[in-house]
Amino acid sequence: MRNTMTLNRRTLLKVSALAGGGLVLTASMPMVARAAGVTNAAPASLNAFVSIRPDNTISIVGKNPEIGQGIKTMLPMLIADEMDADWDLVSITQADSDAARYGPQLAGGSFATPMNWMPMRQVGAAVRQMMLSAAAARWGVPATGLKTELSKVIETSSGRSITYGELATDAAKLAAPDPSAVTLKDTKDFHIIGRAIGGIDSPRIVKGEPIFGIDTRLPGMVYAAFERAPVFGSKLKSASLDAVKAEPGVLNAFIIEGNGNPEQLSDGVAIIANNWWLANRARSKLNIEWDTGEWSGHSSKGYDAAARAAMAGGNPQEDIVKTGDVEAAFASAAKTLDAEYAYPFLAHAPMEPQNCTALMHQDGTLEIWAPTQNPQAGQTAVAQMLGITPDKIKLHITRMGGGFGRRLNNDFMHQVAAIAKQMPGTPVQLLWSREDDVRSDFYRPAGWHRLRAALDDQGKLTGFDDHFITFAIGGSFNPAAMAPDIFPARFVPNLRYAQTKLETRVPMGALRAPSSNALSFVTQSFLDEVATAAGKDLPALLLELIEGREKEPDSRGFMGPAPGFNPGRMRAVIEKATSMSGWGKTMPQGRALGFGFYFSHMGYFAEVVEAGLSASNKVEVHNVWVAGDVGSHIINPYGAMNQVQGAVIDGLGQATALAIEIEDGAVAQSNFHDYQLPRINFTPAVHVEFVKSDNAPTGLGEPALPPVIPALVNALAKLTGKRVRSLPIDTSQLV
Amino acid sequence: MTYRVDINGEARELDVPGAMPLLWAVRNELGMSGTKFGCGVGLCGACTVHVDGVAQRSCQVQVGSLAGKKVTTIEALGESQVGRALQQAWLDEDVMQCGYCQAGQLMNASAFLARNPQPSAQQIDQAMAGNICRCACYTRIREAIAMVAEKGTADA
Repeated sequence: MRNTMTLNRRTLLKVSALAGGGLVLTASMPMVARAAGVTNAAPASLNAFVSIRPDNTISIVGKNPEIGQGIKTMLPMLIADEMDADWDLVSITQADSDAARYGPQLAGGSFATPMNWMPMRQVGAAVRQMMLSAAAARWGVPATGLKTELSKVIETSSGRSITYGELATDAAKLAAPDPSAVTLKDTKDFHIIGRAIGGIDSPRIVKGEPIFGIDTRLPGMVYAAFERAPVFGSKLKSASLDAVKAEPGVLNAFIIEGNGNPEQLSDGVAIIANNWWLANRARSKLNIEWDTGEWSGHSSKGYDAAARAAMAGGNPQEDIVKTGDVEAAFASAAKTLDAEYAYPFLAHAPMEPQNCTALMHQDGTLEIWAPTQNPQAGQTAVAQMLGITPDKIKLHITRMGGGFGRRLNNDFMHQVAAIAKQMPGTPVQLLWSREDDVRSDFYRPAGWHRLRAALDDQGKLTGFDDHFITFAIGGSFNPAAMAPDIFPARFVPNLRYAQTKLETRVPMGALRAPSSNALSFVTQSFLDEVATAAGKDLPALLLELIEGREKEPDSRGFMGPAPGFNPGRMRAVIEKATSMSGWGKTMPQGRALGFGFYFSHMGYFAEVVEAGLSASNKVEVHNVWVAGDVGSHIINPYGAMNQVQGAVIDGLGQATALAIEIEDGAVAQSNFHDYQLPRINFTPAVHVEFVKSDNAPTGLGEPALPPVIPALVNALAKLTGKRVRSLPIDTSQLV
Repeated sequence: MTYRVDINGEARELDVPGAMPLLWAVRNELGMSGTKFGCGVGLCGACTVHVDGVAQRSCQVQVGSLAGKKVTTIEALGESQVGRALQQAWLDEDVMQCGYCQAGQLMNASAFLARNPQPSAQQIDQAMAGNICRCACYTRIREAIAMVAEKGTADA
């Protein structure tokens, strides 16, 4: 196996005794931080934390934020397996934000699995080795005659055994082994990795115990509502607060002056009450004058008109990639295609509305309880805003009611810090309404693509041209960039990707499978059009494009030494998904199959959707077949299945129903009546199989989402003969 | 004014405006945070509780309307057989991802199964369509409810 990240000699394992007996093992893994490219701060960082108590119970720290992706359960599984721990004796505690102790702590990019697969195992293996050494010393026998099993060391010849708990205090006196020298298990001996293990917090959740950020309760805590301008980029001119302060239950109201950066702090008014409902209700008594500035005229319609003009004009601002001679390919083509695709802004809408709790202590330090995917960045930025050093902030990471990328931005953390600063000694919980959440998001950017394809007289794809219309803020910012190696780049001889950026002030951010959730729709739908024009189907076209090139080396290092795109793995999942779904079979009247493939976040997913239209002309999805390759092991089959099924239904929801529209510089949607997330009665059966390949395991939070969108669109094209080129799907265009 | 409300078998006093939704009375006045805020307008079901055994959106139930009624929240779900059976099925099927909506899902499912212990697949979908799960754990919610319906709740 190659391309895995490991601990090396520069990694420092430290051992120390637990007060009251036992052992603590900590690992410092500077290389992990660099490989992920997520931080350029402090290189030395503790990454794992294991303690064993004399009663043989084990505590493992879950370092990363838990948003429902299952990481709090999964990372400790890696350590526990290599330790040969008895999982029933393991408890897991959530780490606070601490870059120096834990290294990167981030829920994003499906990074956690590839970043931690080897390092966490090495930490566990080091513990196991120390247990063996301690037992050998205790018994005065060579360690070679000893084995481990379920938190015990066993002497093979005699069968006598001793628990890890009994050995822990002795082991704590040993020098920690070099992590690069520890012996890892033969993977066939895994007893926790690969086992379906339920979420570690689930038993508490089914009883309604307080566990989410919004459940934080502190003595004397008050609640805050925050009113910000509906129009992006506005500044507060004046606010009259007397009527608000006279409302029942309102304790205080004050103006918060922003710093002009919507990712941090926008102008607004905070209202404080003993009950959030009272604080929020009092907002209706606010009298605020906003300077909406030059962006108040912006609208989705205006952007669409500008984008259509740019596509028609055919003069992109800049090339993303250009290979071969694209114009010559079109000039000599036997057949050409030319189509415009579009997709809207999207909100994240996690079920737990944005919230954050903070207490400004009298000594000027700040304590924060934050449902954040990106705690360390938040801690640093808030410290900077307050003019204090990050070590003056203690940040507790809470479980989150969903993330999907929304909580990578810490605007709520800045807001509550600014509020808490006004009321030292009093803990305050900021909570947004659902309307605030929908209207103050960092949206998946809308986008437009003019696509052209050239086919030769053999039906071979010889030219491909994509003019991408996207957005920028101040000329540069774009969280949904099109990378130069997006498929079919490298597999079509004459190819150009180019772009034109429209200027906006709509805040934009990463939404689950950023870039890919849109580019999959565009490229895999258009390639389906190409396949049809060439008299083939999409799987056949894709396999033809990569024919004979399956063994080519990976195209890029997406994440340091991690694997890039590998056409051989693409072929395997395409063949698996077509086989699972019976691709090519005769379908019942009113139903059709559609196909989509996408590579993102190091995962390969091919998906087939069986769809129809109901009597009332609504999209009905009956079945989805999913074949995915995320490497050699599915670490937790429960979590993996949940991520894949959830991503598929999430993608179908985006395709059929979701759009955020800008009108007069503000978001038109506000709640679940006009931003309609998928529900149980829309949910198809989702059949999932994993293709195991000889590659280190990679993440599952994102890569199953992108292909389902074109698979649905392609099924509807097959069913109706009409091509959906704009999302969400408007079924009135299909009849 | 002060309202007396029977919540999970206890008479609780609430000194709040009568128009305050039950959701905010239990969360912010009584310190019971199991009932979740999702939308505030009765569209997502995250705040579902039972009022006299019927599933209600607590963001739409005013404190002043509860005289003489019995409220059950997620904190007391385990006191009923069907509640315990559903909690166990939720764990056995590993239903949840983030888990935020699950209190509401469980409260809605338990009121439904109490009324209809042997539902069809279609009836399960209809009954649960008011509860949004943003993580889309729907296939497992279906399976967990069907499992309880099949096994019954006698052992729970």
